[in-house]
Amino acid sequence: MPTKPKVAFYWCASCGGCEEAVVDLAEDILGVVEAVDIVYWPVAMDFKKKDLEALADQSLVAALVNGAIRTSEQEDMARLLRRKSQYLLAYGACAHLGGIPGLANQFAREDILRYVYEAAPSMANDSKTRPQIESRNNGDAVTLPEFRNGVRALDQVVEVDYYIPGCPPTPGITKAALGALLAGKLPPKGTVLAPDVALCEQCPRVDSKPQDLSLTQFKRPHLTCLDPEKCLLAQGIPCLGPATRGGCEALCIKGNMACTGCFGPTSRVRDQGAKILSCLASTLAAKEDQAIEEGFAGIPDPVGTFYRYSLPSSLLRRKVDLPPMKGEPSL
Amino acid sequence: MPEREWQPRIVAFFCNWCTYTAADLAGVSRMKYPPNGCVIRLMCSGRLDPQLVLTAFARGADGVLIGGCHPGDCHYVEGNYKTLRRFRLLSRLLQELGIEEERLRLEWISAAEGEKIRHVVTDMVEKLRTLGPLNLPGRHEEWDKEIEALAHEAQAHEREEAMSYAH
Repeated sequence: MPTKPKVAFYWCASCGGCEEAVVDLAEDILGVVEAVDIVYWPVAMDFKKKDLEALADQSLVAALVNGAIRTSEQEDMARLLRRKSQYLLAYGACAHLGGIPGLANQFAREDILRYVYEAAPSMANDSKTRPQIESRNNGDAVTLPEFRNGVRALDQVVEVDYYIPGCPPTPGITKAALGALLAGKLPPKGTVLAPDVALCEQCPRVDSKPQDLSLTQFKRPHLTCLDPEKCLLAQGIPCLGPATRGGCEALCIKGNMACTGCFGPTSRVRDQGAKILSCLASTLAAKEDQAIEEGFAGIPDPVGTFYRYSLPSSLLRRKVDLPPMKGEPSL
Repeated sequence: MPEREWQPRIVAFFCNWCTYTAADLAGVSRMKYPPNGCVIRLMCSGRLDPQLVLTAFARGADGVLIGGCHPGDCHYVEGNYKTLRRFRLLSRLLQELGIEEERLRLEWISAAEGEKIRHVVTDMVEKLRTLGPLNLPGRHEEWDKEIEALAHEAQAHEREEAMSYAH
């Protein structure tokens, strides 16, 4: 009997939604299990790191890694999976672009640790104990991974062959990607495995999008009564559809929610946040400073709105004045 | 070799019809101002994709200067209003990401205002000297030092494996 192709799934800095998305294949997952041998999947199966290490290099056809890279352990696993796999796939927005965990790139490592272990209202830690990379107890050493200064997308740590976008990727996108992989019908390396058009082109509301938008003000979606049929941009809601790749079946729009950009930019855009900023700013009608500011009042957090999933892979990558600075030790 | 004194680097995006012509005028009028600006001519300041501003910073610019026609004078009627709105929002975004307000500047400079070019560039260079270098490429390099250790370890491991196959 010919052996089935081996695949691995792994998670890094992520919420678990991507693992859920694999399970969301529902009965189709049986087809996947039939076609491949899953040799490593910590969330669902009991294999250990040493089992993975014991395999020959490149013996896996593919590893699907979700989550951003924040700790030394995640870096280590990304490198190990890279070495063991012919194809390394970034699965989901966090591995693809840095994702929501990437918004932590607005804060210094020390500020995050201080908040989480000291200042958070739910924290009772009078001794201000912090996790240590190594601690000793009765002669036994216990170790923890290092918490890095910044969050990275997977391809900022290891070479990535393909990207499966989304927060999380839809079953349709996942199935198509796995199908292409197993059939050996893959596009050029580095491709995002989703249609290369903006979401607007696939949006069920596209017919109600005016040729020229002329808004007086952006509105916050939770404070606005939304028409379920009309283009959300035309209603003054900052929708990221114009700067976001399609292929998600416009699920958020169908739920009367604006696109927040999880599929990332199309191949023609380098920086999704800058592109949507450009688009939204040009749709405003105001011509005077004060009217412009009032128009933008409905976007109180431009970084979080425009780079919700892509701050680490943006051109600036991180708030620029955070440590480590030149000459400082990195930790 | 002694290290050369740091000089602020400005990427200046000037529109074809007004500000670029003003820079030409400053030149033919033999006005003297610091040579720190690298001018890129655009047909309209409204063509300036914010990605270009971020790219300039990411590749080592200390400041970005945008020059366009005065409000109401745009050759394409509305282009400079789009620039203004993008500038206001981009400026806010950059400040939230730690880039000082003075590093991104928008000026309306008509074709007749060679003197304003001289003044604006001189003033911006002075302000950037006070702020010091932005040096984003250097900062990016510094951040990535923390992942180098494991990269080296992985390479060493690969070499070891290759050796063991060879024997």
